[in-house]
Formats: sequence, C-alpha cells, structure tokens
Amino acid sequence: MSAPLTVDNVSKTFARGGLLSRRRVAAVSDVSFTVGANGPEIFTIIGESGSGKTTLARMILGLHRPSAGRITLDGTDLATIRGSAARHAFMAKVQPIFQNPFEAFNPLKRLDHYLFLTARRFAGASSTAEEERLTDAALRQVGLSLAEAKGRFPHELSGGQLQRIAIARALISRPKLIVADEPVSMVDASLRMAIVNQFKALRDELGISIIYITHDLATAYYISDRLIIMQKGHVVEAGDARTVLAAPQHPYSRQLREAVLLPETLAVPSTPTLSSTP
Amino acid sequence: MSASPTRPEGVPSTERAGPVLQVRDLQAHFRTRYFGVNREVKAVDGVTFDIRRDETYGLAGESSSGKTTLIKTVAGLVKPPLEMVGGSVRFSFLPGYDALHRAPPQEVARIRWRHLSYIMQGSMNVLNPLRKVGGTFKDFAARHMGGPGPVFQEKVVEHLGRLRLDPSVLQAYPHELSGGMRQRVTIALATICRPEFIIADEPTTALDVLVQKDVLGMLRSVQREMRSSVLFVTHDMGVHAHLTDRLGIMYAGRLAEEGPTRTLFERPLHPYTRHLIASLPRIGDDTPRKALEGSPPSLADPPPGCRFHPRCPLAMDVCRTAVPKMVEEEPGHRVACHAVSGERAL
Repeated sequence: MSAPLTVDNVSKTFARGGLLSRRRVAAVSDVSFTVGANGPEIFTIIGESGSGKTTLARMILGLHRPSAGRITLDGTDLATIRGSAARHAFMAKVQPIFQNPFEAFNPLKRLDHYLFLTARRFAGASSTAEEERLTDAALRQVGLSLAEAKGRFPHELSGGQLQRIAIARALISRPKLIVADEPVSMVDASLRMAIVNQFKALRDELGISIIYITHDLATAYYISDRLIIMQKGHVVEAGDARTVLAAPQHPYSRQLREAVLLPETLAVPSTPTLSSTP
Repeated sequence: MSASPTRPEGVPSTERAGPVLQVRDLQAHFRTRYFGVNREVKAVDGVTFDIRRDETYGLAGESSSGKTTLIKTVAGLVKPPLEMVGGSVRFSFLPGYDALHRAPPQEVARIRWRHLSYIMQGSMNVLNPLRKVGGTFKDFAARHMGGPGPVFQEKVVEHLGRLRLDPSVLQAYPHELSGGMRQRVTIALATICRPEFIIADEPTTALDVLVQKDVLGMLRSVQREMRSSVLFVTHDMGVHAHLTDRLGIMYAGRLAEEGPTRTLFERPLHPYTRHLIASLPRIGDDTPRKALEGSPPSLADPPPGCRFHPRCPLAMDVCRTAVPKMVEEEPGHRVACHAVSGERAL
C-alpha cells in the first residue's frame, strides 16, 4: 500500500550573504499537504523557478532539514532518522528522478553499475545473480530489459531511454513514493508522453505515489490527481487537479493558466499566406 | 552567380521580393576519421526551404533530428568535423556565395549583426560575465552603427525601451539580471541593428512559462515592427503555435512536412506530424495520449528509404526502399510521405 506522506507546516529559510550582511531568504513558507492518504496518487507541485518547489522536494527526500514544521513518512518523522541503516531504509522508500537524464548518470561508468549498486544498497541483493534479477525486473517494468542496458555507457543511449532507466533505477528498491523533479522538461515531445504514461502505469499497476514537480500545466493536467500551485514559497492554490486547472481561482494560478501556449492559441499570420484551400 | 558581392553598405537590398534565405538540398555531415575508421553522421541530408521577408519560420523536431546542425550551417558555423557536403544556403543580402562560411571574412564581418543576428538559448553564454551589459552592446553593435558615442547610446536606450527594459540595465553585470531580463537583453542585442534575418535557437526553453510568454510576445512585436525574418528553432510545439507563421517539421535530418503553422496544426498530413500534434496534452482534454513506439534512428546508420518507416503506422513496401520526395499537396503545404502522396494519386 502507498505510504501517506504528511507535510505539516513546513518552512525552510536559507541564510545568504557574509558575516556582516546576513539575510534570510524564505524558500518555503508554511506548506502543508498529504500524499497517498486515499491510495496511490500523482501529486503535482506547480510553480516557476524560485517558487520553492525544488527545495520542498529536497526536504521530502531528506536532503534538507526543514527549518520549521514536520515531514512524516509512514508515521516516521524525517528529522528523527539517525544512522545509516535507518537512512537507507528511508531512502529505499522514497526515490528521486531528476530533470536531466544525461546528468543523472556518471558518464564514465556503465549503466548497470549504478543499477546494481542500487539493488545491493536498497533492495538487499547479496549476490550478482540477485542483483541482475532485481534490475531486470525493474527494467522490464519500463519496457526495457537488462540485456539492452548491460555494459552500455550513458552516451550510447538516447535521452528517453536514459530517463526510462532512471525510472527503473528508482523502482529497484520498490519505493512507496517517487519524487520526480521536472522529469520531462528535457525530453522531446514524442518521448514526453511515453514517460508521462509510464508514471500513470506506476501508480495504477505498482501502487506507487508520485510527486510530480513541473511548470508545464498541460502535462500536469494530463496525469495528476491533485496539485498545489506555489508562488514564492507559499501555496497559493491546492486541490483536485482537474478542478483547479479548469477554473483557477488565485490570480497567480490564472496568470499561469493563461501563459500556457496551447495549439488553440494559434498566431495570426503576419504575412499574407497563400490560400490554404486544397 | 554573376551578381557583385561588393554591394556598398547601407544600400537596401533590391531583392526584397524574393526570399531572404534560400536553402537548396542542403547536406551537412559530421565526418570523423580516427585510426583509419571513417564515420559519417548525416545530420542534415537534403533539406530545401525558403524563408520570406517579414515572416517567422519555425523549425520543429526532436533532439538529434538535425535542427541544430541545420541552423549552424545556415549561420556559417561550419567547422570540422561538420562539413557542408552539398547544396546551397543563399541569403538575399549576401549574393554570390552559396554558403556563409564560404564568403571571405570581411564580407561575413560586414553582414554579421547588421544583416544576420542570433538569439541563443543560454543568455549567460552570450553576455560577457565580466563586462557590464552596456559594454557588451558596444562590443557587438557599435561598429555597425557609427561607433560608440552619444548617438549610439541614445539609440541603444531607445531600443531597450522597445523591449520594456530600463536603461539602467546597461550599468548592470549579467549576473545581476534575472533569466527573463537577460534573455530580453540578448533579444535587444540581436535586434538593435535592425537585421533582416534573425536566427533564434530555443531562446525560451530555459525560461518559466510566464516569462516565456512575455519574451515571445516581445520578440514577435520587434519582428513585426522591423519586418525582419526569423528562423525560430524549438521542440516546443506550443511555442510554434503561438509564434510562427510557417512551420517545418524535421525528422532524422530531413524535412518531413512544411506549411503554414495553422494548416499544420489543423490538417497535419505526415504521420509523424500527425502523431506530434495528437500527442500534445491539452487542459480540459482527458483522452489518453499514445507515445510513439521505438526511438529516433541513428544518423550514422539511418534506415533506408523513408527514415520514419520503422515507427510509421502507415509504412508500406515502397517506404523501405525509396526516399519520399517533398510534394506540394496544397499551395504552400509540402509533405514527404509515400502514403500521403499515394492516397492522393489513387
């Protein structure tokens, strides 16, 4: 079953500047939500750069400690995790997928090295055969197989394949939650839907909840169940994805909604184009 | 060509009626030779199109479809291992040469920035990080506009006003400006000499949706005002729909389809374009989108015939052997597909 993630009045401030001109920047202010309370779901965080969405994701992944508030996963407060064993157990439950698949993999190492390492660390594989079995099972879930990835270097594969392998890597430890930070913004239009459909499959077939971070409202509408819209660290609107995106209430959400360049808003030709009747 | 390449500066082009850019059967390949092994990557393989005056021509395609190589060749940035193997790239303001990189350096220096300018993706790479923005303006544009001085300064400030930029940005270092401001500065830089032709390579990809809309709107209004031609490259179909007049779809180094943007969105003919348009997610539309099977072909060893056939739902025997020609299906709407042209012939 999916793990209810609770984010409770979480804030994060960063100190900037030197000793004399110390300023505090609030990246995330007083954000609360839960994910997966009613079964697996795709929860989307929308916002422009600087809205604090990545900081929030890093806190959920346990990479930043919140300045105030509490994040709990399965009832465990993230701030109470001590020691590498507990830390690994937590990391096995929450896995990240990053924006740029080309940067996520070490270009000097073979892809299977990274996958096997994940299998050993987080899935408890103790033999090479078991590593291979777990890796292959995860790769098959994203439509690839170990035979295709084994011994290959990142540059030998296309961006879409790499991103699928990154998803497979996150699946090896059988996580309950995947945090995907702009996973399709570097991917081309034709591959974008393949990745996005993959997320839907993870939710429906494997029961994994996904936190999908994006500024692309169109894909957010397509896949998400619930969403929050963030501006300058604050949540300005939250709710059911379809309701919010169909009729945004907050002025900022409306602005975002209007900025979406849809094929319907076609440009008016500035040159007299030839008659297009066949 | 018999036309004299030494047209005096400042004289308006007499070829305004014709296209500003004519690309004919362009072939640009990457050739490498290491330890006796030759590798040839046919990044652009037989592309033909025109760009008229006062229009924004969009070029769409996924990465590794050759769109960056195409604009590199158009911009004259042809250096080994990239080679222009065949075809021609002719600008109306550079008569007598069939590619920019084949023109002598003084000719290139004359037309660069004055007639042909670029807007790049990473604004940080264009603006000198150690120089104030005003200094960069002097470096780029002053020699085309009568040298630095009060008159030049005045023109710069006036032009910045057009892009709703405060003159104080001239005193700022690039890192002090936000991404959207920097991108507007690079647009100002690219348009200050009122060039006839602007190449824009994914200028808004790194920007947020709100800023993107703003920057695109400004680019469009500047283009309208100056009546210049823009070659706009991006893989974002939403941007194309919003900005471009005509659109060329590239697939694996060739043009698959070309036509007025509206026609392409409303009546796409090529199966690849059809898929591309159909797969766009829309707010308010819940129908599941299918992803295209397979992955784009390797350009080092492209499939024979139509390069799309391994992924094409309409593939026939002829697609595996013969390269489809660009056929004008309706005025201004060209498509390279056996299935489409065959259907019409039946």
